[in-house]
Amino acid sequence: MFRLLQIELFKIFSRPRTYIAFAVITAIIFLVQIALRFSGREYMDLIMSGVKETFEVPAEEALNGYLVCYIVLNLLLIHVPILVALVAGDVVAGEANMGTLRLLLTKPVSRTRLLLIKFLASSIYTILLLIWVAVLALGLSVLLFGTSDLFVAREVDSNIIAESDVLWRYFAAFLFAAIGLLTVTALAFMLSAFAENSIGPIVATVCIIIVFTILTQMQIPFYDETVKPYLFTTHMLGWKGFFYVRAEEGVTVDGSIEDFPLIVKSGLILIGYAALFVVTAIWYFRKKNILS
Amino acid sequence: MMQKTLLLILLASPLLLEAQSADELLARVRARLEKVSDYQASGKMKTNVAFVKAPIATVKVFYKRPNKLRINNESGFSLIPKGSFNINVGNIFLSSGDFDVIDMGLEQKTGLRVIKLLPRDDESDVVLSTLHVDPRLAVVRKARVTTRENGTYELELSYGRYVDYGLADKVIFSFNTKDYKLPKGVVFDYDGGQKKNENKLPANRKGRVEIQYSSYLINKGIPDSVFL
Repeated sequence: MFRLLQIELFKIFSRPRTYIAFAVITAIIFLVQIALRFSGREYMDLIMSGVKETFEVPAEEALNGYLVCYIVLNLLLIHVPILVALVAGDVVAGEANMGTLRLLLTKPVSRTRLLLIKFLASSIYTILLLIWVAVLALGLSVLLFGTSDLFVAREVDSNIIAESDVLWRYFAAFLFAAIGLLTVTALAFMLSAFAENSIGPIVATVCIIIVFTILTQMQIPFYDETVKPYLFTTHMLGWKGFFYVRAEEGVTVDGSIEDFPLIVKSGLILIGYAALFVVTAIWYFRKKNILS
Repeated sequence: MMQKTLLLILLASPLLLEAQSADELLARVRARLEKVSDYQASGKMKTNVAFVKAPIATVKVFYKRPNKLRINNESGFSLIPKGSFNINVGNIFLSSGDFDVIDMGLEQKTGLRVIKLLPRDDESDVVLSTLHVDPRLAVVRKARVTTRENGTYELELSYGRYVDYGLADKVIFSFNTKDYKLPKGVVFDYDGGQKKNENKLPANRKGRVEIQYSSYLINKGIPDSVFL
């Protein structure tokens, strides 16, 4: 099994397209960091506009590595799923397209095991991509901008989290983001198992993510009440929940999370979706006629 | 004889305090404040505003006469309310400019002398200041300042070790807050698909900042660069 996993990983990492995602992420994060380095003040004015009527805005102090990471994650975690689809959507359909799938299935390995190994290999790629995001978005931002308290702007209020209370939240947020991205991996993987060439599942995954993300963020009451609670993209935002804190008389409670059960619920829904996608892929693939 | 004299003084003391004119009392208050040309104070600051959650901050407050004041967070950053330079009592006299004094007499419940300051300048931002002055210590215990542009703010002051300089150990600064407005699309909140409570923010439009001072360094000189 380990040998098969090694082979699948070799296949993934020997393709140039695998590194497109790493390059795109590197470019986006650098661009954001450069922009914030040179015009961070204007951006801070925007995100602190909710409080600037009442308070003096400490833009320079508030712009630090932790905030830069939060901004990057807000931008990136919508787009990383699209990059995940590039590999996960190709992992089965790509072989069907190249005509190597039938050859692969002549090996004494069950289809279920083969598919699970392919999913595991795709998941490893996804996790490595997320680790790369963490290294650049958090590690590099902290090196470039230093650390301080974290300012989190929300629609109804703003949270300031003490510097000493921030880092664990990032670890938790990245862990949650991993669950979200693995759900997308599972979706692209399932579509890949249905298809005979990799373009279809990649484009289909990207389209699903775009449509669901629009529905999640549109804030139209009809969709908010009917569709939104069931979209996995709604629950993928759960990583932000680790940065929503409780307060007593306006004072943040260190180590607190405003609604932890809601985050757990979102996490379980995502895991449920991921399991459903993988099981559906296996169910379909087991009875699929492999003609190429 | 000695006992009788003391008893007489004690009985007469409220009358003596009342006899002291409001102008005289204000002059004593200002004399205390004028002993201070600058200070650097350390303390803890707590912010209580409906739309902000913030940790208790360790702050250093720098003041230099006549009206320079800066609050620095030692371990991170804090949202400092606009107009917070008014946490310095001396600023009330300064911002009122020349003023007429209206003596409202002693407040029965607290024993504090209530004095209203009416600025003579029609263009002054301050419309009215109401001071509750401790006549024994000659310090302002409470102040309410109404301005044209920035609403009304209130100060509550508790004194301890630095009362000789008219510097408070604890200051509670209450102020009017403006609406919390964020342009649409700047943030996308996570709500787990739950229906949002549109009226989540309480109707209370007052904000409150509380600073508990632990120490003052008085008249040691502070460079102007601190206030830039």
